[in-house]
Amino acid sequence: MSREEMDALAKERLVGIARGWYDQMRDGVVPYIRLPTRTKRNLAYDDEGEVWKYGEKESTRAATNEKGAVHILKMAYLIGFLKQQLVENRSSTLRELYYISEGWKKAKFTAQDESNLLIEDLEIITDVQREAFHLRPEEDGASLFGPLRIRETTRRGVKEMHCQEDVGEAGYPIPNNVDNLDFVDHDAKFVIAIETGGMYARLMENGFDEEYGAILVHLKGQPARSTRRVLRRLNDSLNLPVVVFTDGDPWSYRIYASVAYGSIKSAHMSDILATPQAQFIGVQPSDISDYNLPADHLTEQDINALKAELTDPRFATDYWRTQINLQLDMKLKSEQQAFASRGLDFVTKEYLPKRLSEMGII
Amino acid sequence: MVLAEDLAKQQRSISIAEFFEKNKHLLGFDSPTRGIITTIKEAVDNALDACEESEVLPDIFVGIKRVDAEVYRITVEDNGPGIVPENVPLVFGKLLYGSRFHQIRQSRGQQGIGISAAVLYAQLTTGIPTLVVSRTGAKARAHRFELMIKTETNEPEIVSHEEIDWDRTHGTRIEIQFKSTLAAKKRLADYLRLTAIVNPHARITADIDGEVTTFERVSGEVPPCPKPILPHPHGIEFGALKRIAAASTGTVEEFLVGSFSRVGKKTADEMIALAKLKPSRKVNKLDADELKRLLEAMQAVKVPAPPAQQCLSPIGEDLICRGLEKEIQLDFVKARTRPSAVYGGHSFIIEAAIGYGGKVPPEGTAQLFRFANRVPLLYQQGACAITNCVSQVNWKGYGLSQQGLPMGPMLIMVHVASTNVPFTSESKDAVASIPEIEREIVLVLQELGRELKTYLYRRDKTKQQDNRARAICSIIPDIAAKVSEIVELPLVDTSPIEGKIMRKVVAKKRTVDGKVCIDVNNYTAKEVPLVLYNLSRDEAADAVPRPDFVDNMDGEYNKVWRRTLGAGEAWQIVYTGSGDGSVDLRGVEDNVKVVVDLDV
Repeated sequence: MSREEMDALAKERLVGIARGWYDQMRDGVVPYIRLPTRTKRNLAYDDEGEVWKYGEKESTRAATNEKGAVHILKMAYLIGFLKQQLVENRSSTLRELYYISEGWKKAKFTAQDESNLLIEDLEIITDVQREAFHLRPEEDGASLFGPLRIRETTRRGVKEMHCQEDVGEAGYPIPNNVDNLDFVDHDAKFVIAIETGGMYARLMENGFDEEYGAILVHLKGQPARSTRRVLRRLNDSLNLPVVVFTDGDPWSYRIYASVAYGSIKSAHMSDILATPQAQFIGVQPSDISDYNLPADHLTEQDINALKAELTDPRFATDYWRTQINLQLDMKLKSEQQAFASRGLDFVTKEYLPKRLSEMGII
Repeated sequence: MVLAEDLAKQQRSISIAEFFEKNKHLLGFDSPTRGIITTIKEAVDNALDACEESEVLPDIFVGIKRVDAEVYRITVEDNGPGIVPENVPLVFGKLLYGSRFHQIRQSRGQQGIGISAAVLYAQLTTGIPTLVVSRTGAKARAHRFELMIKTETNEPEIVSHEEIDWDRTHGTRIEIQFKSTLAAKKRLADYLRLTAIVNPHARITADIDGEVTTFERVSGEVPPCPKPILPHPHGIEFGALKRIAAASTGTVEEFLVGSFSRVGKKTADEMIALAKLKPSRKVNKLDADELKRLLEAMQAVKVPAPPAQQCLSPIGEDLICRGLEKEIQLDFVKARTRPSAVYGGHSFIIEAAIGYGGKVPPEGTAQLFRFANRVPLLYQQGACAITNCVSQVNWKGYGLSQQGLPMGPMLIMVHVASTNVPFTSESKDAVASIPEIEREIVLVLQELGRELKTYLYRRDKTKQQDNRARAICSIIPDIAAKVSEIVELPLVDTSPIEGKIMRKVVAKKRTVDGKVCIDVNNYTAKEVPLVLYNLSRDEAADAVPRPDFVDNMDGEYNKVWRRTLGAGEAWQIVYTGSGDGSVDLRGVEDNVKVVVDLDV
């Protein structure tokens, strides 16, 4: 779809919501909107796409009380603003949007979170991604490094580069809008997504990408949408297996879950954001005991997060239940860089090859 | 080796005045700050008692004036019946001289210690005699006394006595000077306010060091003065029985019927039979064993409760509410007077009230007002049975949080009225724990708690409805405007929605392009007469329709329209202006009215 067609579609869908409210009011009905309930209890596995999506449960927001009325008013102002933005062909960031709302009187956002949630609501209702509303994320995507040649359509022409030869130490920075990115060719066997910058640099320094034909993707913590979309596309269009390498704590398992199954907040876009074939390397709770890794004690919050994961449908597999219960018994967590206690090469020479062959990747 | 003879030289009797000189704390004079409050309390109690007995509406003046660095002059003046001149020295200059000690009825003062203790305290700290002026009626002149107390003998000493002219036709004035401080000024103000609350028939004027406050009366009725009753057979002790039996000349039967309340011939005979006595025996001839048997029989036989209506004078639910409301602005107030009950032969009545919201500070625990026989209790809240009972009640069940006392913007008032209030000490600061009394207090608080719960529930429901109404009236038009702009269609009319949801009378003011527009819609099923007020800087000379009345107040115009709107009828006012100011709808009940200013 061309850019103009995309803009027209986004505008049409947004105005469609307002049109619905207009008709409701004209017919003497208090304006309302229906949305899937956005909680983990309402996540359902979609067999076709092999991802987790919102289930049947819906919530209705109606202007019958002050809270609901304000919510709809804010949504109306937001739609008005986005429509204008599309007409004028401008773009803005979520943070800018929050400040723009300062002038909206009663419809003013009380916090950044509120505007983010509303935008996600609009994505769900319109089935159009926020990029199509000309909203840019605040954070850049992360970076990748490996035997891959890409072509990016930038505002200043088309650039082609190789992600080992044409990039610096930091790798190739993934752009916000992955739609402008094409994979030309590659010489890779698999993709490894890494949580921390330290480990990403370690693998690069140890030449892991060359030795095993790996594309290294730095996740930078909870990965941005663009990072997740790149992983999905590498998996889909290049048929490369994706593995995820994180710290061994409950927050990191959620990073893996958002890559593999989609996140609770953006389950409506799991089809393009999640990589269902992505596999988890570690650090596994069992690694902590097997390799006798230096570890910290779990905090109260860690324990609660682990217990919450036991009720999260995305972790409802025998493998995860065993691992999480093991961790709750040990009451320990380790970082991926804890392997350094056995030497700087241990992770690339011993641990990763062993795990990758167990998983049938190499 | 000290000989008994040597000891005997040191042994002598002490007078009650000497005793209290040493033990001031027993009477509430433990500190100079407290002395001031105790003195005023005693004098005001006496004034209120006297006015009640003579059935006049009390008009009491309380004055506190600093006369030098540490000395304060306390003046209390009333319009009571006055005191006959020959009794004035005894009333003020002798401890344990009083009119109410021997009577079984509810009164504020009891032992005749309070005011004379203040006189004693004054001569201890400053040595200045107490001044008393009293006049008993229009025919008599006023008598002016200067009094002291001879502590060794507990007898009054008259320093001077003269007849003077006084502009009051009857009443008493007392002036006492002693060393004190005004550190407890707030507590003093509290005392006066609380006194005003439980004596809604009194007007109290206070001049505290130049600051004058008046507590106006809200009731023109003098509360009925309680009448003394005979002792109840269940409330008598052996010593008292022996004393009145010795003074009686009749037979046992005559004695029982004549000296006790609620004992008729049938009950007396039952007691005599149980005590195995002959009814014809002369009661003053009974020996100690027989009296003991008689006492046991008197306690064992069932006797109806003493006649509480006669000897007690509760404030009453209506007056409690009015008393509280006149001093404290409240959103909710409910009072309850329990039926009378008995402990150990003494009648008592518990009254209580709960006030909520209004000007009561919302932080912290509830304010607790304790009263005994219409006298506020200011000290030792923690040691008082009343406090204990309030903490025992589970307020969480009534929708309040609780840390001992309930929390939130509420006040709790408890009044214990009795012929014999069981105080923990002579300073009358706290009520003792008596199971019968505590049970009644808990019951009355639970009753009121349920009332409060209902009120809070209704209030929250009303809040929800208001909230809903506000949303519909102020936000929906904004949604309509924005949505119509987005879809590029004419402004959608939202009044059908309002009508559907609201069933109320709605007034909306909105200013667009220099035109102020006030819409009034009657969505109810009834015809409603209403008055619309619009106060703003706009003169509205071109208003359509014309206001019925315009009032110019310092550059602000108060515009008034009168109109009767039929069911479902809509009405619009338009004029040129800036649309500042306010709009209000009167003549319509709050629960069917919504006023929205969309310019705010």
